[in-house]
Amino acid sequence: MEYLKDTVTYIFENSDRFLEALQVHLGLSFIALLISMLICIPLGIVCAKKPKLSGLIMNVFNSLRVIPSLAIIVIILPIMGMGFYPALIALIILACPPITINTFLGFRGIDSSIIEAASGMGMDSKQILTKIEIPLALPVIIAGCRTAAVEIIASATLAAFIGGGGLGTFIVNGMGMYNIPLLLVGALPVAFLAICSEVCFAAVERLVTRYQRD
Amino acid sequence: MVNYITNYYDTILALFLDHLRLTFGALAIALLFALPVGYLLTRWKSLSVLVLSILGIIYVIPSMAFFALLIPFLGLGMKPAIFALVAYSQLILVRNVMVGFQSIDQAIIEAGKGMGLNWFHLFWKIELPLALPIILGGVRIAAVAIIGIGTIAAWINAGGLGVLLFEGLYQNSTHKIIIGTILVSTLALITNYILLRLENRLALKAKGQL
Repeated sequence: MEYLKDTVTYIFENSDRFLEALQVHLGLSFIALLISMLICIPLGIVCAKKPKLSGLIMNVFNSLRVIPSLAIIVIILPIMGMGFYPALIALIILACPPITINTFLGFRGIDSSIIEAASGMGMDSKQILTKIEIPLALPVIIAGCRTAAVEIIASATLAAFIGGGGLGTFIVNGMGMYNIPLLLVGALPVAFLAICSEVCFAAVERLVTRYQRD
Repeated sequence: MVNYITNYYDTILALFLDHLRLTFGALAIALLFALPVGYLLTRWKSLSVLVLSILGIIYVIPSMAFFALLIPFLGLGMKPAIFALVAYSQLILVRNVMVGFQSIDQAIIEAGKGMGLNWFHLFWKIELPLALPIILGGVRIAAVAIIGIGTIAAWINAGGLGVLLFEGLYQNSTHKIIIGTILVSTLALITNYILLRLENRLALKAKGQL
């Protein structure tokens, strides 16, 4: 409890530093999620349509998913150096596998008779994509983004090690000085952010699957 | 690079073995909790939502933050690392144990009862073999997650391959970074591959095709 009081005092006394770190953390996470969604959702769709391509790409992403996040962040350092952009690239690499794999699985899970019915009704392939396939695959795609978002927020903490800034900086400095209140200044908001993102995505997921319950 | 490996192969090997010990120690302790809890939750379904949400919240907490939060209570070293790794893997393991037992066709259990099997035999000869592929799937995902989070545990002095990564970062030594990354990725990929093979084999066995 003592620690908690010191933590709150620290945040109020250094509110500008805290807010800046929070801003960097959120910015890094948002941009990484946005870019990986822009790349990976189309990639997942292409994979689902082209079975020849999907084997290779899915294998690559499945292996990439297994590699520890710290290893991916650390290996970026000798390749790209320190700073915001290397951290951003590392986070995008980490977020790609869950989004691509889930988009692929979402499209693959659609009953082929539904597609057949749609084309029988005279829909062209673009209409089938936007009116049938994307809405049906959306819950699975969002679940992938949810996993990716939590992964990004967690790894953005690690980005402090390669100079990416964010709330991880407080944790790293707090550890360096063995200053527990300073550790908590980073740890508590990061934990809170991750839980918030999970709750938000769960709400969106419920929203898009509403038709299944009505 | 080659020089570094030949000079320090014993240190590298020791860190690798440390990592293995950390991973499999945590996994064994995690299973000790998850197997009974998962099995009991299939009997008390009303509790399962609550337990899984709590485990879900723990799972979501970023590992660096979790380690930092544990320092005031457990300090540094192996103890908080194993605690965190066990806590993380509970969601995956408990969920898969539950799903494994729930996915068994009730008719099979009834047939077992009809053949006069007692509670223990029913569990040992029927339920467990049928649930095992899904449980092992959970063990695989948990093992990979533990290997990954275990590297971060080097940050709180728990040892393992993460030491190479952090030393590489702080000393700006590309050798250490590359060797650490390769070793830890290989360990994760091989563990994943072996457990996946085992999982497929057990699935065939459960279906009676092997």
